[in-house]
Amino acid sequence: MAINIYTRRSAANILAMLLGGIATVIGLVFLAWILWVTLKNGFSALNLNLFTKITAYGSDGGLANAIVGSVGMDLLALLICAPIGVMAGTYLAEYATRSKLGATIRFLNDILLSAPSIVLGLFVYVIIVVPMSNMTNGAVSFSGLAGSIALALIGLPVIVRTTDEMLQLVPGTLREAALSLGIPQWKLTVQVLIRAATSGILTGVLLALARLAGETAPLLFTAFGNNFMTYSPLAKTASLPVAIYQYTNDPSPAMHAIAWAGALLITLFVLTLSLLTRLFFARKKVSYE
Amino acid sequence: MNDLAAPAQAQPVTATGVRTKIEVRNLDFYYNRFHALKSISMDIPERKVTAIIGPSGCGKSTLLRVFNRIYAMYPKLRAEGSVALDGENVLDPGYSMNRLRTKVGMVFQKPVPFPMTIYENVAYGIRHHERLKRRQMDERVEEALHQAALWDEVKDKLKQSALGLSGGQQQRLCIARGIALRPEVLLLDEPTSALDPIATSRIEQLVEELKKTYTIVIVTHNMQQAARVSDYTAFMYMGELIEFGNAEKIFTKPDKKQTEDYITGRFG
Repeated sequence: MAINIYTRRSAANILAMLLGGIATVIGLVFLAWILWVTLKNGFSALNLNLFTKITAYGSDGGLANAIVGSVGMDLLALLICAPIGVMAGTYLAEYATRSKLGATIRFLNDILLSAPSIVLGLFVYVIIVVPMSNMTNGAVSFSGLAGSIALALIGLPVIVRTTDEMLQLVPGTLREAALSLGIPQWKLTVQVLIRAATSGILTGVLLALARLAGETAPLLFTAFGNNFMTYSPLAKTASLPVAIYQYTNDPSPAMHAIAWAGALLITLFVLTLSLLTRLFFARKKVSYE
Repeated sequence: MNDLAAPAQAQPVTATGVRTKIEVRNLDFYYNRFHALKSISMDIPERKVTAIIGPSGCGKSTLLRVFNRIYAMYPKLRAEGSVALDGENVLDPGYSMNRLRTKVGMVFQKPVPFPMTIYENVAYGIRHHERLKRRQMDERVEEALHQAALWDEVKDKLKQSALGLSGGQQQRLCIARGIALRPEVLLLDEPTSALDPIATSRIEQLVEELKKTYTIVIVTHNMQQAARVSDYTAFMYMGELIEFGNAEKIFTKPDKKQTEDYITGRFG
């Protein structure tokens, strides 16, 4: 016992803090670096053409059709996965808490959560794009609808999981209180519990939107891409992530600049969503602990 | 240990001279395989305050939760025997849950207002059971809040969220919510254990007031509280009803040694 036990402990403490601090700095440096590069290259490439011209003009064009396509497909995807996800999450939390079936569904949902997104794209290609093409003799093949469905599969498990978790956070005594007034289970679920967990569930929906908005792989074989403006969900549809992917493969620096601007748009969108999510969660903490 | 494992009482412990509201006979309760209540028999008198005391885990809350069958929301719980409310066995599957829960209200340990306005918290339960015009509903809500001694504090903010009230106010709101259905019995499960002394004394005064209208059963681990508010007191230990009778008698000269030991603080 040459060294005092307290000296040893404070040495260990300093070492642990140092290692933790270094790890944090490394993580944050890369995040800041990525943001910085995107902001720098993106802002210098921002101009009005981006929002008014379509991709068909190439380096003289913009991303108008890709922006419209992305917004449309993201919203449609959300429209598909939010109701299903919230209902499935509610089922898990309120009706299948302790059952084997519930545990199985939760496990499968976690697999879907971590499934490679390109696999989901291929899946939708096989079950939607190909049959549609066969049915319509090729008139409808790749479509914004198929893209939305692929994106919905990305968002679905996120919503299921957060809804499930948020409802389970609602104190069990709230359930007992409602049941003791003779309120039936379905009314309790819809009118009391979902209301108590609203901000949490909304947070999950926003997180899902942030997640699916940045996806490229599921769109490659489903929405495909389009150099022209389209508003039909049955047409091939352009999207920001796919346009960025294509433009970065182009040798022309002018195209790269547009890709950077597109990357900036997505980043700002996701950043805004994250901030909104924070806001909802902050409000939740005030109103319901 | 031997004298603690006393044989189950065949004869109910009765409180004399008052009408019986709830008649419990040979009630057994099981959590899965755990035998939580052992052949309980007791008569709970009408429009009186009956307190159930006993150490943690003795089954006092379990007993209370049988009276409105709230335990039925969890799987693997089972009650055997009979709990007759005005002569009808509420454990009978044919006894409508809706009917039971309009007759028997419950207030829990922690105040749990619904995430709605103060007004809606009280109106919500009523709305499920009765169709009322706006005016009548307003009157019912006001009446319930008056009875719960909360009206003066909230009358100007009925449209505000109930989550903004203090703990004591929230608990009185929960009482208002319960009595808004005009029940006959009010079950209070440690209603003040999460409250400060001032809020506690308000609730105790309220209980005193409410017993003119309702039959009240209160579970408490605070013996002073039981002595203050109850007319009749039941002492439970390890799932058995050891002694039940006039509160004054239980607290001054109980018949059973176990009761005396608990009350004088020798165990529990």
